[in-house]
Amino acid sequence: MTPDATLEVREVRKHFAGVQALDNVDLILRPGEVHALVGENGAGKSTLIKLITGVHRPDGGAVHYRGAPVAFSGPREAQAAGISTIYQEVNLVPQRSVAGNLFLGREPVNRFGLIDRRRMHREARDILARYGITVDVRSRLGELGLGVQQMVAVARALATDAHVVIMDEPTSSLEPREVDLLLDVVDLLRQRQVAVLYVTHKLDEVFRACERVTVLRDGRLAHTGEVAATDRLRLVATMLGRDVDFVRRHGATTFTDEHRTAAGPPVLRAEGLTRAPRLRDVSLDVHAGEVVGLAGLLGSGRTETVKAVFGAAPVDAGTVTVGGLRKKRWDPAAAIRGGLAMVPEDRKAEGVIPELSVRDNIVLAALPRLSVAGFVSERRRAQLVDTFVERLRIKVASPAQKVRELSGGNQQKVLLARMLCLHPKVLILDEPTRGIDVGAKAEIQALIDDLAEQGLGVVLISSDLEEVVEGADRVLVLRDGAVAGVLHGDGITEEAVMRVIAS
Amino acid sequence: MTTFGLAVPRWRVDRAGAPIVLGLVVLAGAAVFGGSFAGGQNLGNIALDASYLLLIATGMTFVILSGGIDLSVGSLLALSGVLTAYGARWGTLTAVALPLAVCAVFGVVNGLLIGRARIAPFIVTLAALLFARGFAFAVADEGNRVYIIPAGLTLTRLGQARWLGLGAPVWLALAVFAGGLVLLNLTRFGQATFAVGDNQEAAELMGLPVARVRVLVYVISAVLTGVAGVLVAAQTQSGLPTIGEGRELEAIAAVVIGGTLLSGGAGSLSGTLAGVLLLKVIQNLINQVGTLTAYYQQVVSGTFLVVVVLIQLRLARRRRV
Repeated sequence: MTPDATLEVREVRKHFAGVQALDNVDLILRPGEVHALVGENGAGKSTLIKLITGVHRPDGGAVHYRGAPVAFSGPREAQAAGISTIYQEVNLVPQRSVAGNLFLGREPVNRFGLIDRRRMHREARDILARYGITVDVRSRLGELGLGVQQMVAVARALATDAHVVIMDEPTSSLEPREVDLLLDVVDLLRQRQVAVLYVTHKLDEVFRACERVTVLRDGRLAHTGEVAATDRLRLVATMLGRDVDFVRRHGATTFTDEHRTAAGPPVLRAEGLTRAPRLRDVSLDVHAGEVVGLAGLLGSGRTETVKAVFGAAPVDAGTVTVGGLRKKRWDPAAAIRGGLAMVPEDRKAEGVIPELSVRDNIVLAALPRLSVAGFVSERRRAQLVDTFVERLRIKVASPAQKVRELSGGNQQKVLLARMLCLHPKVLILDEPTRGIDVGAKAEIQALIDDLAEQGLGVVLISSDLEEVVEGADRVLVLRDGAVAGVLHGDGITEEAVMRVIAS
Repeated sequence: MTTFGLAVPRWRVDRAGAPIVLGLVVLAGAAVFGGSFAGGQNLGNIALDASYLLLIATGMTFVILSGGIDLSVGSLLALSGVLTAYGARWGTLTAVALPLAVCAVFGVVNGLLIGRARIAPFIVTLAALLFARGFAFAVADEGNRVYIIPAGLTLTRLGQARWLGLGAPVWLALAVFAGGLVLLNLTRFGQATFAVGDNQEAAELMGLPVARVRVLVYVISAVLTGVAGVLVAAQTQSGLPTIGEGRELEAIAAVVIGGTLLSGGAGSLSGTLAGVLLLKVIQNLINQVGTLTAYYQQVVSGTFLVVVVLIQLRLARRRRV
């Protein structure tokens, strides 16, 4: 046990159904230290938090808290012991007052056991004032901005005598002004000798607010050390699992402002897409036969961008033009009619319908054009399905097989087939090769190349830097919801992308 | 220092809607029908009629605020009445204690199935609706037997007593309502009831006794319905297994018209009081118009319900933006 540590995690391991979520990870939190925890999807950040707060039990290793080994039964017990967690989504009751939320479950009562509202309001004002917030404590929480709500959550978490505060992406939905406010509170915690574990995707916040940083990658400890001694580029490279020196030797570093001249107007043009605070003035052109990559860290706005383009997420401002049709408000049905098709990031939640057959899954989106007066032509349907199963080399026993029985790679191909049935002009692929095996990955990458060659415009999102760099003709690098740089042709290298992210 | 939110308390249209409409309807009624509507005799009748519904709707408000629904109250009303009449042979104490005890058991079972076993409130209380109605008929020998409460019994005298022009049930209902106000607004249980209905997951993470709250609201609902059943039996000096059909929907309508969100988490008991009075005043006014049948009351109530829910939706949407 490290002598001055408030919390020490030693060589914890956790295994979930065939996946090593955490593999011998260490973490030390000292009093008055703000410790950043960073890592891409699947790095093991959430699992680590859950091991600390008792949601999961480690398979091996131990958690020491204030000098003794602990194993909490759950977040409530952890909180009672002084480890408070502030979740990404505000976990309060929006229709109650600010004061009500602060004191829910421990309202001050008079000698008859009745709530003393006046005292509750006064104490609520005092507590919030300590964090520099003046707000009518009687106003309904849901009517206030997310920043204030988050601050109330923080204040509530701290009202219990906390020694450790875990903040899980606390700024992901906050405006810049609100972020400042939150970081001020973090500073206050530091002064009060609280140990803060600050989970974030935003490099700026790491360098602004944190003393130490721990990087997790694929469940392993990739780096831990002083923030002051950490180079931004190296931090990005560590998160993405690339070797800076290797990239530096092999990559060209010339930025080109020269635009790729494709024949004719773009098939897809998005201009000024804005959705506060996650998306700021993002513009995107896709020409026929071109693969446009979207790169950036998790939470940088890649998925939000394509969802906005596809009309699956609302925007505050911006227009999308597809095939000459220009619209302010899209919805997915209109986008599909206009010639867009999207394979979403989360196959399970937004894509395949596991209990339906391969055949039904493929033709789902194409049903309107396969049917006459509501009746589906069985022959045309079978024909179409056979074509795609063969063309995409989907490995199935028969088209009647249920999709849940297929491997991840084949499920992804089923989704691709479903979209290709619609004869789109532009295909949007969000993480098309995540979680699928190497062979299928190569096949899908080859397929993307083929499709572009045949004149399809492709928007490709991938956390796999190599995939974006090698697959795309043009790369938009996003950072904090805005386009931080555009790379063309030979300028597209892994190092160049990382430089833009770190800049 | 930064200031957020609105320092000025805002005029709450969603809360004030039912009382405003109630005021307008009462004024209109007085203008059109004069003394036959606004006279003491008629107003006393409205109050008596409303008192049973107020008891049930008070409990229903707790249930709906917690994010649930209680469909069993109409049947429980009948069961309670039958048990009151059945128990009257052993005196007033039994006539009151027996139905209340049985209703409490119904409430506890409903609550445990919903709060602990996590079965949907709709299903659980629908089952209780069938069960209680069947039980009431069984006790009354398939409805062939009507237990009469002796006129000389203390219960009968109390049930039919009048003070200051208002019947005993009215005073009792008002007392219960006042108790409900305190329980809902000034106790931790009341605050937790709102929280559970608003965001159950958050309530759990905040360490609130979610399951206990969900059990208790159904106990409150069932026991208050039991009280209403005792009062109905005392008024009519008998227990009929057929009464109370559709009362659960009337109570839900009163709660929702009173501005409580059917999805839970927001609303008020004072709104429920206005909702109850509004339904009963409209019913009374339509009875005053000799040419209209009583069914028009349901037409009007139905219309009100839709309008109120529409307004709630609009307000809820504006809040979210």
